[in-house]
Amino acid sequence: MASNDTIKKTLLVAVALCIVCSLVVSSAAVLLKPAQVKNKALDRKSNILAAAGMLEPGQSDAEIEEIYASKITPRIVDLKSGRYTDEFSPEGFEQKKIAKNPKTSIDLSDAEDQANISRRENFSIVYLVENNGQLDKIILPVHGYGLWSTLYGFLALESDLNTVAGFGFYEHGETPGLGGEVDNPKWKNQWQGKEVYDDGEVALGVVKGSVDPDKEGSEHKVDGLSGATLTSNGVTNLVHFWMGEMGYKQFLANLKSGEA
Amino acid sequence: MSMKETLTGPVFNNNPIALQILGICSALAVTSSMKVTLVMCVSVIAVTAFSSMAVSSIRHHIPSSIRIIVQMVIIASLVIVVDQVLKAYFFTISKQLSVFVGLIITNCIVMGRAEGFAMKNGPIASFVDGVGNGLGYSVVLLFVAFFRELLGSGSLFGIQLLETVNNGGWYVPNGLMLLPPSAFFLIGFFIWALRAWKKEQVEEAEFKICSNTRTQEAV
Repeated sequence: MASNDTIKKTLLVAVALCIVCSLVVSSAAVLLKPAQVKNKALDRKSNILAAAGMLEPGQSDAEIEEIYASKITPRIVDLKSGRYTDEFSPEGFEQKKIAKNPKTSIDLSDAEDQANISRRENFSIVYLVENNGQLDKIILPVHGYGLWSTLYGFLALESDLNTVAGFGFYEHGETPGLGGEVDNPKWKNQWQGKEVYDDGEVALGVVKGSVDPDKEGSEHKVDGLSGATLTSNGVTNLVHFWMGEMGYKQFLANLKSGEA
Repeated sequence: MSMKETLTGPVFNNNPIALQILGICSALAVTSSMKVTLVMCVSVIAVTAFSSMAVSSIRHHIPSSIRIIVQMVIIASLVIVVDQVLKAYFFTISKQLSVFVGLIITNCIVMGRAEGFAMKNGPIASFVDGVGNGLGYSVVLLFVAFFRELLGSGSLFGIQLLETVNNGGWYVPNGLMLLPPSAFFLIGFFIWALRAWKKEQVEEAEFKICSNTRTQEAV
């Protein structure tokens, strides 16, 4: 139809189409936003509980919310001083944003940047599990580069702040079946009971091959993932980084002496 | 063409992947597990059907100079809506599908149907055609995902059928099946089986191989 090809008609159709489509897209985004925010928060909560070994398979969403609300206390830690801070509220705290903002993060030099993350946030959220006012477990968010992607996870420590209570990643883009085996429950279970520090130095890490339980230092070592050496190295590096001087070491020491 | 033919034709007779070789990208990327694949298939069916319908219902008003852009805008909007719905109601699966939902926009099948069918036919026929082509796409994807998940992880829909060695069982999973290239082999087998069944899909050879080529001719 020739009449469709006039400039007037072309502009009219283009504008009308844009208005209709933008209305559809924006109303979908606005209407579905509450459900999406809820899902995201719930996903994070279930990952926190999973890292602490407090998640049973088949729990409903409401049960997860309830366990989280009754057991977990989030606090913000200033990584520089290693003490709790009230500068930010744990409610709506977005660590990834903090890590990107030059005012609230530091640039890492090559020597410091073990986990390959280039910037480290100055503030981190930690999750405390308390039992009758006594610290039972603490869950620390960690992240670092693997082979293809940044792995985001939670490392849970027992009340001695040295023994691992659980470990798991909630976001990564490693090769399924190889590096993606960081999600394998059997592998994750190995972390339980391992010790982070050996004489004040971070010793926890992944070895190549399997760990000989009779050998010295096996309490710090976890089996490597076959076919995923670089992902395994990435995991070791990020554990070393976050448990070391640039990470939570100062905070954990303060917490132990009761000065956090 | 009757409605029934429009719906079932693309499934085997004119399959978008097997015969037209369109939409291979996502057939490689999202077929490592049945559950994720199924959601992807439903999303593609929805987008193809509704975009064809929308394009068809305004086909008499689309200026031909901007028709491709108009189709893209409609498709892109629908894909965003689908992505938002998945994020709201199927969060874990949308996390696994990640960027591939967004990439439905670039799936040649959707665009191909809008341009090739919806611009010339009525809204209802276009809708049915969209569903049919979505189904054709789904058949291949589910076929590929069935073998990839079964041989690669020993499970179907996440239910463990073959206990893998990593979990203390006997089955040594085939690592290749978890990687995208394996889908090429499976799609190849699918096309082979389909063309053995429906001989009319076999393309004519572009050249004939001589019988009995002698060595001196080869030199």
